[in-house]
Amino acid sequence: MFVRGLKRKCFDGEEDIEGTLAGIKAIPSYNLQRQSLLDMSLVKLQLCHMLVEPNLCRSVLIANTVRQIQEEMTQDGTWQMINTQSTGQASLDRLVSTDILCRSSREQAEGKHVPGYTTFNKDFEGDQAQDSSETMSAASSVQVPRNLQSNVWEMENPQENKGNFQKSLDQIFETLENKSPNSVEDLFSEVDNSYYDLDTMLTGMMSNSKMGHCDGLETFSSPTPTASNSNCKSDLNELDHIVEILVES
Amino acid sequence: ITRSGGGSSLGCEGSVLCHAVPCRAVLHPDIISTVEFNHTGELLATGDKGGRVVIFQREQESKNQPHRRGEYNVYSTFQSHEPEFDYLKSLEIEEKINKIRWLPQQNAAYFLLSTNDKTVKLWKVSERDKRPEGYNLKDEDGRLRDPSMITMLRVPVLRPMDLMVEATPRRVFANAHTYHINSISVNSDYETYMSADDLRINLWNFEITNQSFNIVDIKPANMEELTEVITAAEFHPHHCNTFVYSSSKGTIRLCDMRTSALCDRHAKFFEEPEDPSNRSFFSEIISSISDVKFSHSGRYIMTRDYLTVKVWDLNMENRPIETYQVHDYLRSKLCSLYENDCIFDKFECVWNGSDSVIMTGSYNNFFRMFDRNTKRDVTLEASRENSKPRAILKPRKVCVGGKRRKDEISVDSLDFSKKILHTAWHPSENIIAVAATNNLYIFQDKVN
Repeated sequence: MFVRGLKRKCFDGEEDIEGTLAGIKAIPSYNLQRQSLLDMSLVKLQLCHMLVEPNLCRSVLIANTVRQIQEEMTQDGTWQMINTQSTGQASLDRLVSTDILCRSSREQAEGKHVPGYTTFNKDFEGDQAQDSSETMSAASSVQVPRNLQSNVWEMENPQENKGNFQKSLDQIFETLENKSPNSVEDLFSEVDNSYYDLDTMLTGMMSNSKMGHCDGLETFSSPTPTASNSNCKSDLNELDHIVEILVES
Repeated sequence: ITRSGGGSSLGCEGSVLCHAVPCRAVLHPDIISTVEFNHTGELLATGDKGGRVVIFQREQESKNQPHRRGEYNVYSTFQSHEPEFDYLKSLEIEEKINKIRWLPQQNAAYFLLSTNDKTVKLWKVSERDKRPEGYNLKDEDGRLRDPSMITMLRVPVLRPMDLMVEATPRRVFANAHTYHINSISVNSDYETYMSADDLRINLWNFEITNQSFNIVDIKPANMEELTEVITAAEFHPHHCNTFVYSSSKGTIRLCDMRTSALCDRHAKFFEEPEDPSNRSFFSEIISSISDVKFSHSGRYIMTRDYLTVKVWDLNMENRPIETYQVHDYLRSKLCSLYENDCIFDKFECVWNGSDSVIMTGSYNNFFRMFDRNTKRDVTLEASRENSKPRAILKPRKVCVGGKRRKDEISVDSLDFSKKILHTAWHPSENIIAVAATNNLYIFQDKVN
């Protein structure tokens, strides 16, 4: 299954990311193909016919495929390379902790809170709502609208073609949706308080648009990954960038 | 070339393999979603995406035209299911007919079961060729007569009229399925039948519509743990306590209803070990079984997965006894087929009357037949361009690589929108029905 001639590297640190990015871009490697398959699968799961119930067999098969890919990627240690396709967005990698993504991706695959699934499991929906409200209360200083969940799924509208960037955002949402309270606390343990002022400002900006839930985005995307990058200033610039894109679309 | 009465094995004499002749091509207003002969082969029913059922009847053979061995003409058309709206979930329920199954004929009327995603209906199709005339209280137009004007009494008599075929819904079996019904199967006791959805199988009595027994339930307590669904189910043709169901993981379970009320534990479990050299991210998807059918003898089951048809002996659970490649050239295209969703297409498979030949559909309006005895196989095409009435169908061939011969078609030229998912084989003769999107084709043996 491996493309001949390309040595698979074990990605163990962010310092390798830039170099390997270049390498990966040059040849459609196994990793890239696998990544593309994963993206495609996630899009398929998110694409649902709102009028007619989606095909459960198809959804289960795709979810199983996603799980397989994520398991393999976790074993490889390549899970942090999820955004290799988006060149300019490489810095987004540093927005969310690798470890958290790995954990949540598995939970994500298993407990995937996809619109398609909501139709067949009301209990599940109830549980999820409960989980997320626990999550919200853990992040006590942040005001998140109660209907964040439903807004998230509205946002995952396939017609809005924001490309990989959108998907990474969605993954971030899902990551956090399925969070257990502990990991949320980890997430916020190193957040710089200056962000909250920014949030208020940004919230004001966005209040008109349908994307008001991005309050949550600003708040949750700002936390730093474990230890390696705590440069809040550069993250602020990225935040502006994110906001710009969201506002434009 | 002899007319085959018992569905003999395919060879070059008198067989569908070499001498299939189109005798009917009917354009339907909608995509055909199911095709089924009745137990005598006299009737052929089709269901479509618009919820309609069309029944064809074979003409009685006439002595003056022996070579026209009974064409199928439209006998009855009716609207079986209508689109519905589930207000609780805010979702439409499609009217598409997923399956039709005939009941064996017990009197002059015909009975069939038709189902959409949620509701099964029992339809009675009966003929009326006489009508009463000479009523006392009303005249021939149906208008009531003034009783004071009646001076004599008469006895109404039945007089012949133009044949009218009526279809009436006799039973509606509703509200028993949370998920989409994929199969229905009439039991050999003719008193019960089962309906299977993605996660559950229910047993019904034909006379009782307000309750059914749940006999299989694979819904996990926590839906997050769901990794496998039921894809097809069928009763054993002779043993009314036995049925099988297939799954999206490529397994078949045989259950005995005598062991317990809830048949969650199987009596037999059929699964082929995975070939590690062929493993890919698509392995599971292509192993998902789209159809399962008992042989007429009841000794074998046939399963269809994305690339193959397999025959299993009921007495051997660890692997199939025969595997036939339907379109192995697609193995290298799985990623594209995943992208365009074709990899999720559900192809059906059928046995001929003597269980010696099996048939299944493919893409580009191709369908395939495999002779289990001679191990020969053929690819034929169901299309108007390539089938002139009474002209023998020419075998087709897909070229996989390298030089393409004159009559071959290359894999990249295949039309994946033209898929043959539904086919049917006459219970005793070499007559087949093939549904190609909106078109129904009926082929039979050429008789010299």
